[in-house]
Amino acid sequence: MTEAILNSKTKSPLRALTVTRRGFLGGSLGALTLSIALPHGRVMAKAAPEAPQAADLNAFLEIRSDNSILFRSPFMEGGQGVHTALVQILAEELDADPAVFAVETAPAGPDYSLTGGMRITGGSGTVRSSYEALRRLGASARSMLIEAAASAQGLSAEALSTEPGRVIDSASGRSWTYGELAPAASALEAPETVSLRAREDFRWIRKPVARLDMHDKSTGKAVYGIDLTVENMLYAAIQHAPRYGAQPAAITNEADAAQMPGVHSIHPLPGAVAVLADSWWRARRAVEALDVEWRVPEDATGRVLPADFSSQARKAALESADDDGIAHELEGDAAAALADAAQVISAVYDAPYLAHAQLEPPSALARWNEDGTLDLWTPNQAPDFFRAAAASVAGIDAKQIRLHSPLLGGFFGRHFQYNESNPFPQAILLAKAAGRPVKVLWSREEEFLMDAMRPLSLARMSWGLDEQGMPVAFSAVAPGEGTVERWFGRAEDSADTSILEGIAGKTYAIANRRVAHLPIKDPAAIGFWRSVGHSANDFFYECFFDEMAAAGGHDPYELRLRLLEHSPRHKTLLEAVGALSGGWKSGPFTAQDGTERARGVAMASPFGSEVATIAEVSLADGEAIVHDIWVAIDPGSIVNPAIVEAQVNSAVALGLSATLVEGAVFESGAPQARNFDGYPILPPDRMPRVHVRIIESGEAMGGIGEPPLPGVPPAVVNAVAVLTGQRIRSLPLSKTELSRRVQ
Amino acid sequence: MDLKINGQTHRVEVEPDTPLLWVLRDTLGMTGTKYGCGVAQCGACTVLVDGVATRTCVLPVEAVAGSEITTIEAIESDPVGKRVVAAWIDKQAPQCGYCQSGQVMAATALLKEVPQPSDEDIAAAMTNLCRCGTYNAITAAVRQAAKA
Ligand code: FES
Ligand code: FES
Repeated sequence: MTEAILNSKTKSPLRALTVTRRGFLGGSLGALTLSIALPHGRVMAKAAPEAPQAADLNAFLEIRSDNSILFRSPFMEGGQGVHTALVQILAEELDADPAVFAVETAPAGPDYSLTGGMRITGGSGTVRSSYEALRRLGASARSMLIEAAASAQGLSAEALSTEPGRVIDSASGRSWTYGELAPAASALEAPETVSLRAREDFRWIRKPVARLDMHDKSTGKAVYGIDLTVENMLYAAIQHAPRYGAQPAAITNEADAAQMPGVHSIHPLPGAVAVLADSWWRARRAVEALDVEWRVPEDATGRVLPADFSSQARKAALESADDDGIAHELEGDAAAALADAAQVISAVYDAPYLAHAQLEPPSALARWNEDGTLDLWTPNQAPDFFRAAAASVAGIDAKQIRLHSPLLGGFFGRHFQYNESNPFPQAILLAKAAGRPVKVLWSREEEFLMDAMRPLSLARMSWGLDEQGMPVAFSAVAPGEGTVERWFGRAEDSADTSILEGIAGKTYAIANRRVAHLPIKDPAAIGFWRSVGHSANDFFYECFFDEMAAAGGHDPYELRLRLLEHSPRHKTLLEAVGALSGGWKSGPFTAQDGTERARGVAMASPFGSEVATIAEVSLADGEAIVHDIWVAIDPGSIVNPAIVEAQVNSAVALGLSATLVEGAVFESGAPQARNFDGYPILPPDRMPRVHVRIIESGEAMGGIGEPPLPGVPPAVVNAVAVLTGQRIRSLPLSKTELSRRVQ
Repeated sequence: MDLKINGQTHRVEVEPDTPLLWVLRDTLGMTGTKYGCGVAQCGACTVLVDGVATRTCVLPVEAVAGSEITTIEAIESDPVGKRVVAAWIDKQAPQCGYCQSGQVMAATALLKEVPQPSDEDIAAAMTNLCRCGTYNAITAAVRQAAKA
C-alpha cells in the first residue's frame, strides 16, 4: 500500500491521545484490561467482573492473575514480525518481559482502530503508525499498577518503581507481581498523562528480542486459515472460469460427478462452480471432473478479460501510448531543458505482471449461526474492509459478522480486499446454500488464475545532459493503471502516485523534472505487491540513471554521491553501503575464485525509509549469478534490529526473484502458468549472501517490510550491464541470454 | 487401510490413490503438514517416510501402508528433530512459517543420513521453496544443528 493511503488512514488521533478511565463490563476475571478509545484517543481501563464476551471486546491489553499478558493486535502477522515488535513497544513502557506476552489478532470493528479509520496492515506502516499509542498504553498500565500497589501499601507512588513484571519498593525490598496487582489496578482511574522512557533507557526497544512465534512455527503448531475446521463443516473445491468474466452456463456431467465418493452437492457460483464434499481432496477431484460450459453474458456488468487479452499486447498498448499524461512531479522546465541539452538519451523500460505466490493458498471458512449471524475466518490484512464486503455478500449488517483473522502464510500484499480474487464470498454463499459451515480452499492452480497481480508496468523516460555530461533534465511518463486507482479510485485530473512512486520522489539534484501518469485502464485483476509501484519503478529509474551516467562519462556511484551532495542523509547512506561492501568497485573485476564479477548500485526512498543497495554479480551459462547483496537502510529509528535484518533478507529474496525469474504471461485472456512449475520463484540455491547495515538517522520512523525490495532489481541489472555491456530494460532477466561483453 | 504415523496405527477409509497429504490433514486432522502446490514443487508437504524426506502431495496413501511415517507433529520426540527445532529457534528462521514444517522435516532427514553435511549436501537436500526468503537463516540453522 502506498504512503497516500496510509496517511489518509492515519490522521492524527495519536497526538490527541490522553488517558482516562471508563468502567464497563467484559474482560477476564481479575485482569487489568486497557484499551484506547478513538477518535478521542483515550486509554481506558476496565473493571473485569465477568468472562470475556465474544465480540467487541475493547481491550488491547490484558494482564492476568498468572502474570501472563494478552495483547490483542490490531495488525496481522504474516511473517513481518509485527506481533513481536508491537509487544516490544508495549513491554518497554509497561516494564514487562516480552516473553510473557501472548498475541491474538483483534476482531474487526472500530474498537480496535488504533490508528483511526479502517484498519489496514500494509504500507509498511504497522510499527510507525502505532509506536506512540502503544507506548502510552504500556505506560498507562504501568502507572496504574504502581498506583494500585501504593494505595494497598499506604505508600506514595513516587516511592515505588518497577522491574519487569513487578512493582518494587526498594526501601523495604518488597515487591508485588503485576498479576497480583491487576484486579486493584483495574478499578483505578487511568492517568491523565504519562511520561515515556528516554531512548537511552530502553530495555527492549532497539534490541534483537526473540520472536514470540518461533517454536510454534518450527513445530507445525502455528495455525493458519487453511488449517481451521468447525463442527459439521463441508470442504469446498472450486473451478473458476478459465477466462475472467465468463459464467457457468451448463454442467454437462453433473449427475456423474454427484456420484463421486464423498460428494455432498454441486453449486454454480459467480464466475465459478463448486463441489462440496466430506474432504477437500474428494471435492477437488469432483470439481475438476466437471465439464462446464462457460459463457460471457452479453450484458456482463462486471470486469471481463477480453478473449484476445495478452500481456504482450498490453505491453505494446502501453508502449505505443505517446500522450504526455498528467504531470505529478514538476520542477523547472524539463521540456525546455531537454530541448537545450547537449545530449539527450531516451528509453522505455518495463516489468511484467507478478503473482504474489504466497505459499499458503487462499481459503475461507464461513458458518451461519442460528441467530442469523455469520462467523467468517479468512486471511486478510484489512478486517474492516473485509467485513464490509462480507456484509454486502451475505446481505446482513456488518455488526452481525464476526470476522476472524488467522495468521497469514505469506503476506506480500495478497490479503487486501480484492473482491472476487478472494474466496470469502464463495464461502458465504456456499455455507448458506448447504445450510452447513463450509471451508473453501483454492488449489494452487486456481490461485494463479485468480490472483490480483502486480500490474505490468512501463515507463518512457528521457535524460538531458549538459556539456560536462551532467544531468540537467529528467522526463518520464508511466502509462497504465496504478493499484491505488484500482481499489481506491483517482480524481479525474490527478495522477495516481502508486504508478509513479520510484520514478517520482527521487532525491538527486536534477534541476528540471517532469514525471507524469498517463491513465490507461488495466483489464487484468491487479493488486498491491510488496513495495507496490516501487517494485518496478526504482528498477526503471535507477537503471536508466546508470545509462545516463555512462552517456555522460561518469562512474554511477560517484555520480550518485555528487547528485546527493545536498542531502547528508542520503549521502551518508550511500557511503555506508559502499563501506559495507568493502569499498565501491567500478567496472568488472576478477574475484578470488577466478570469476569475472561486477557491482551495481541503486538508491530508493520507499515507505518513509531510505535504502542504498549494492549487488555483486557474475555470469554463468547465460544467467546472472548474484553473490552478495549489501543493503544500508535508514528507517529513522527502529524497534528490533533482528527483525529488520530478517525483513531485509526477505525483501531481497522477493526482489531478486522478480529480477531473475518471475513474470506472469497472459495469452488469450488467461494466465499461462498455473503452478510453480510454470511460474518459478527464487529457489534456495539462487539466494545470495545478504549484508545489512541499519542507520538510525533520527528522522521520522519509516517502514521496514517493503523498503529493502526496490533497490535489488536495479542494483543487479546495473551490475549485469557492466559485465555484458548490454542494458536490459525488461524483466525478468531469464528472458535474455546473458553473455560477457566482447572486450 | 492401516497407516503407521508417529508410532501409532491409524485406520483410514479413503480411496487408495488419495495423496497422503490429504489423509493427514483432512482425515486425521494433522494440519502441521502443509499444502503449497500439490505438484511436488514446493516441499511444504514434506514428511519422513521410513526416514526419507518425502513430498506427500503426490504420494498415494496406498504406497505407504506399512511404512513408518513421521510428521512435524512428532518432530521433537526425535532427538535429531529436536536439535533441528532448537537450531531453527536459535537462528529465528521462520517468517510467515508456512513452509517451515517442510523445511524442518527436510533438515531432519538430511542430518539423520549425513550428520556432518557439507555445504553441497545442504544445498542438495534443502530444496524446499520459501516465499519469505528465509533461505540464509535455514542454512545457518542446519549448520548449527549439525554442530550441536
Ligand atoms: S505441496 Fe507438496 S510439494 Fe508443494
Ligand atoms: S517462512 Fe514464509 S514461506 Fe517460508
